[in-house]
Amino acid sequence: MRALKGVSFDLHGGEVHALLGENGAGKSTLIKVITGAHQPDGGTIEIGGQPVRHLTPAAAHKLGVACIYQQPALFPDLTVAENIALRLEPASPTRRVDWPTRRERAAKLLHQIGADISPDAEVRALSMPEQQLVEIACALGAGARIVIMDEPTASLTQKEQHLLFAVVKDLRASGVGVIYITHRLEEISQLADRVTVLRDGESVGTSAVSEMNEASLIKLMVGREVSQIYPPAESEPGSRVLALKNLGCVAGGVREVNLEVRAGEVVGLSGLVGAGRTELARILFGITPADAGEIFLNGEPVTISSPQEAVAHGIAYVPEDRRRHGVILEMPIAANMTMAIHPRIFPGAWLRFGAEQQLALDFIRDLGVKAYGPEAPGNSLSGGNQQKVSLARWLATKPKLLILDEPTQGVDVGAKSEIHKIIRQLAKAGLGVLMISSDLPEILGMSDRIAVMRGGTITAMLSGKSDAHDVMAAALGQTK
Amino acid sequence: MKRHFRELSVACALGVLLLLLALFAPNFFDAQPLLSRLTAAAPKLVLACGVALVIISRQIDISIGSLFAVCTTCAGLVAAAKLPLPVAILASLGVGALGGALNGLLVAGLKLQSIVVTLATMVTMRYALLLSQQGVLINLPPGAQWFGLPMTAGQFTVCGIALALLVLLAFGTKHLAAGRFIYAVGSDSEAARLAGIRPQLTTFWVFVFMGALCGLAAVMNMVQSPQADPNGGRGLELEAIAAAVVGGVAVSGGRGNLWGVLAGLLLLACISPALTYAGVKPYWEKAIQGAIILLAVVADGVRNRKKRN
Repeated sequence: MRALKGVSFDLHGGEVHALLGENGAGKSTLIKVITGAHQPDGGTIEIGGQPVRHLTPAAAHKLGVACIYQQPALFPDLTVAENIALRLEPASPTRRVDWPTRRERAAKLLHQIGADISPDAEVRALSMPEQQLVEIACALGAGARIVIMDEPTASLTQKEQHLLFAVVKDLRASGVGVIYITHRLEEISQLADRVTVLRDGESVGTSAVSEMNEASLIKLMVGREVSQIYPPAESEPGSRVLALKNLGCVAGGVREVNLEVRAGEVVGLSGLVGAGRTELARILFGITPADAGEIFLNGEPVTISSPQEAVAHGIAYVPEDRRRHGVILEMPIAANMTMAIHPRIFPGAWLRFGAEQQLALDFIRDLGVKAYGPEAPGNSLSGGNQQKVSLARWLATKPKLLILDEPTQGVDVGAKSEIHKIIRQLAKAGLGVLMISSDLPEILGMSDRIAVMRGGTITAMLSGKSDAHDVMAAALGQTK
Repeated sequence: MKRHFRELSVACALGVLLLLLALFAPNFFDAQPLLSRLTAAAPKLVLACGVALVIISRQIDISIGSLFAVCTTCAGLVAAAKLPLPVAILASLGVGALGGALNGLLVAGLKLQSIVVTLATMVTMRYALLLSQQGVLINLPPGAQWFGLPMTAGQFTVCGIALALLVLLAFGTKHLAAGRFIYAVGSDSEAARLAGIRPQLTTFWVFVFMGALCGLAAVMNMVQSPQADPNGGRGLELEAIAAAVVGGVAVSGGRGNLWGVLAGLLLLACISPALTYAGVKPYWEKAIQGAIILLAVVADGVRNRKKRN
């Protein structure tokens, strides 16, 4: 998979250039190329008019490229002055440290951006926006000409945002070029001079913000043909399997979720990264139990406080990161498939290899798992087949509600459409399926209904016949 | 075949060493000294099996040498009080399980790092024992040595216990659900948790079992001499861990086989007699054992790296 295919992007000094694109459009990869973390395998980069080859993080730093990440990369146990010094002073282990100069410089830089932070404060004690300001001070101190900000407002309050915007405008006024990445369209009109839209690793358009409106931006972001054929919905939705009433969990950042999933339907759960989709799934599976609202399964109110309880209630959760939370790579796929049904398939303490083999062979046949046999270890399988094993483990629990989290992430095209077919068959067999996906065509192609999350709650319920524009608009929080 | 390559290669190394001994030092296979050596190694095998389970579950226990000494002392005191030997054995197992439960509670219950927890319990138990017993050997009643059997029968009994335990555990890790849980938790405790296994509970019971095995090993060791030594067991934890690691138990958890542990233990145990017969100074024993451990770890590292690429 190529993350970037053809990107043209230019930045002037003294402008704020917004970079926009849906999940996986290639924004992060582009940043990594500009900061020297990744090497491009084609094309050219020029900084300050000079072509640059073999950009490394150190070289990018020297050329005046600074990046402020969503999660500031500061040392929490050191003071603000020490953190700034670490970025700016030469890294020689025997150099004598000039403490007063360190403090003075830190104070000066912080004052310059109007930040009311003591140079002696420990970074651990600072709030998120204060840490971002320290990062900006570092960039300024390093004489950065290009400052990249990756969704800086994602965790800021309204008031903190205004402070940050003022700093960004100051940077622009002093001649710095700012690349500003955001999911919030309203910020673009407030702050940016120009905007570039990325889609599927390509830049699909750059124009002045004054010439664009929100609708035309969304159109640019999603404008693509659905290149894949999705299996059609064949089943009529039956009774309600799951109903959520004002469900919330402070620890997961999820609040007031209302949702219904009926037997025989696939409900797509869309939203941008960080909107709370996986968190909602983890609540339903009892990993981070809910602390507000109600869950109804088949009409009965239930509390779910552990994965065991969730399984007992007929909920199955195929997690997002199958390498970390799904298939146990060292174990045979047969053992992986029976992992969640031990008490049922092995009453008493002894394993019954005959029953296990039979079950594994059935699933290998039904799901079309490509493996040399039930004894093949998980790490001998391709990503798509691992995902099928993960799916088999949960189907073995005979669930009524199946929650899939990014079921086809990192899976090749062939296996992807096989998994789609399997999902459709499961719905036809009467399961309620809740499918989280960042893949917009997949959401549109597979879902009977689409729930869109934003800021920890469901902000829109759309029909399965909605188009990409509607979903993206809801995910971005555009109000009509 | 491919799956057990690591264990088989250790077994081959052991085979080659035994073959060399058979060619150049046939005395090594004389019945009585060989039985004595095996008897001395038997308690270590019990500990190595236990610690292998601990490592497979992605934990470590370095307190087993100290717990072994505590169990020895308890069993010795009970036996010296003229109570029947089975009572002394039960006391040893019980105290061991209790010590293991303490480790397990701290590691699984409070989610602390097992290396730090067992370091603390190792030092605490060792010095509490020293203070209470002042290092004085406990004289055992005549019926205690070799379980009251003749020496050869006693030696066979000790070796038999170790072998029986090994067979039971090797079978159990493969055929019991509990065995699979240990591997699952050690490979990927989050995946295991999502699949409805309780990783903390599994970890707790592994530590309890390890403790009980310390008690068993203590008894198997105590009956070999007329006195119980409260200072015993120093460095046993390292010998047990070394045997497990050489035998192919991955320190990263989730991988290992108890037959491999047996091969690893025997390989390390044969170094010393081999050196004696080869006329090399016995001081080299530890250095060569260290080199073998290093070789095993490096081999695993190289293998893992290859797998990743």
